[in-house]
Amino acid sequence: MKFVIALLVMGILTQNFTLAKFLGICPFLGVSKKLNTAVGMSLAVIFVMLLATAVTYPLNIFLEAHDLAYLQTIVFILVIAALVQMVEIVLKKYVKSLYNALGIYLPLITTNCAVLGVVILNIDNISAYSAYGFGFGHAMVSSFAAGAGFMLAMVLFAGVRSRLETADVPESLKGLPITLIAAAIVSMSFLGFSGIVEGMGLM
Amino acid sequence: MAETKKISYGHELTKGILKENPVLRLVLGTCPTLATSTSVVNGVGMGIAATIVLICSNIAISALRKVIPSKARIPAYIVIIASFVTVVQMLVKAFVPALDESLGVFLPLIVVNCIILGRAEAFASKNPVLVSAVDGLGMGIGFTAALFCMGAVREILGAGTFLSGIDTMIGGFVDLNGFTGFDFNERLTHLGVAPMTIFILPAGGFFTFGVIMALANKLADKKGLQKAELRGCEGCPHAAVCGRSDCAEQTAEKPAAKPAAAVKAASTAATTAATTAAATQKAPETAKPAPATPPAAGNGKEADAQ
Repeated sequence: MKFVIALLVMGILTQNFTLAKFLGICPFLGVSKKLNTAVGMSLAVIFVMLLATAVTYPLNIFLEAHDLAYLQTIVFILVIAALVQMVEIVLKKYVKSLYNALGIYLPLITTNCAVLGVVILNIDNISAYSAYGFGFGHAMVSSFAAGAGFMLAMVLFAGVRSRLETADVPESLKGLPITLIAAAIVSMSFLGFSGIVEGMGLM
Repeated sequence: MAETKKISYGHELTKGILKENPVLRLVLGTCPTLATSTSVVNGVGMGIAATIVLICSNIAISALRKVIPSKARIPAYIVIIASFVTVVQMLVKAFVPALDESLGVFLPLIVVNCIILGRAEAFASKNPVLVSAVDGLGMGIGFTAALFCMGAVREILGAGTFLSGIDTMIGGFVDLNGFTGFDFNERLTHLGVAPMTIFILPAGGFFTFGVIMALANKLADKKGLQKAELRGCEGCPHAAVCGRSDCAEQTAEKPAAKPAAAVKAASTAATTAATTAAATQKAPETAKPAPATPPAAGNGKEADAQ
């Protein structure tokens, strides 16, 4: 249980996917202008991350059992791309309300490095956290934590950006540069959480 | 004829380095740029790995451009890119294990590097093999150069070193006479100052990138070029994959524009938005006008150049 909490704290705060690991920067900069788009995108990311982990984790066991571990990258990206397309079609047909909320973001996520990143990191975690018996459940928890961390960063940053809109910024800093510098300050605030996992005696 | 071709090769090579620098001008590949530029050696290692993949994938995609059906082109490109990434990953693991360790997850993540898929869609799928290879080389050099700048600033300010760890990267191939990079720390402590560690932390990455991009914007402004920004679908790194004419952000804003409107109105707006999006997405199967527009817009400069 302690390890599960540690995974959650690490994913959301200390090892935040966007602000500490630099995964998913494109949507972080591109889709964080408005709060509602930020939330929609983040929910879609959490959804796809969980789905991708649920599929690729058993797939990896199969690959390793057949000595095909070197095919990981190719197999994972194709499976994720196919999965996202399929989910989009299924949602459009059967779960209209969910499709309306998440559908428009789904194709954007196919080649999002955060999704492939979480899948590969989960596979790496198996050996890194073997002392804690990292298994399928833990992989799902850490995927959720990664997605939730992405959401927290997106929501916080959407707030910062709405303040930036009205700020008087020097000409050459306008647009992306000032956005990146604001992201630096948000990222710096997350440094304050470092050591929390060890401090709480979770690991 | 031959002469105009020669000029265009030079143009394809140099445009990626300055005028259309993938990182600083087109704002592509931000994730690896921020993550791997903690030191010069790391950044340049990433740049070279990505350049190799970029050249190979551009050559392969350009050679197969008449064979790949347009409906299935994105999955085909992804398979080609992923294969080359796997090859590069194995080579790096075998010959430069230190680089593999420091790049970590970002080595396999070259697959989803927007620069590579973007060049495949915008350039290699429309141009002959040799020009595509030159374009890949130019873009790769531009990416590596941007990573070198970022890495140099961050390493000097954040760690007080320059080119540290070079012996672990190329020491096996070149005799460096025991050179392991410059270290200014001793002199700095003599002066009573210490390096600003924040620069090699994630926050410093965002900050350095922001400042360098502001400088690039200033230079571009002097030359009368457009500012670097994520502009609509044209500048969106996912334009190649997304294939719809209106961006998710704009589509999603439609229902939000009328907060007072009834739920029904909002939901119909959402469904129409969704159906138009779906329609534009289906379009490639019939006439493919939708995917043609965003890359065409992004490709305008290249089209002019030819």
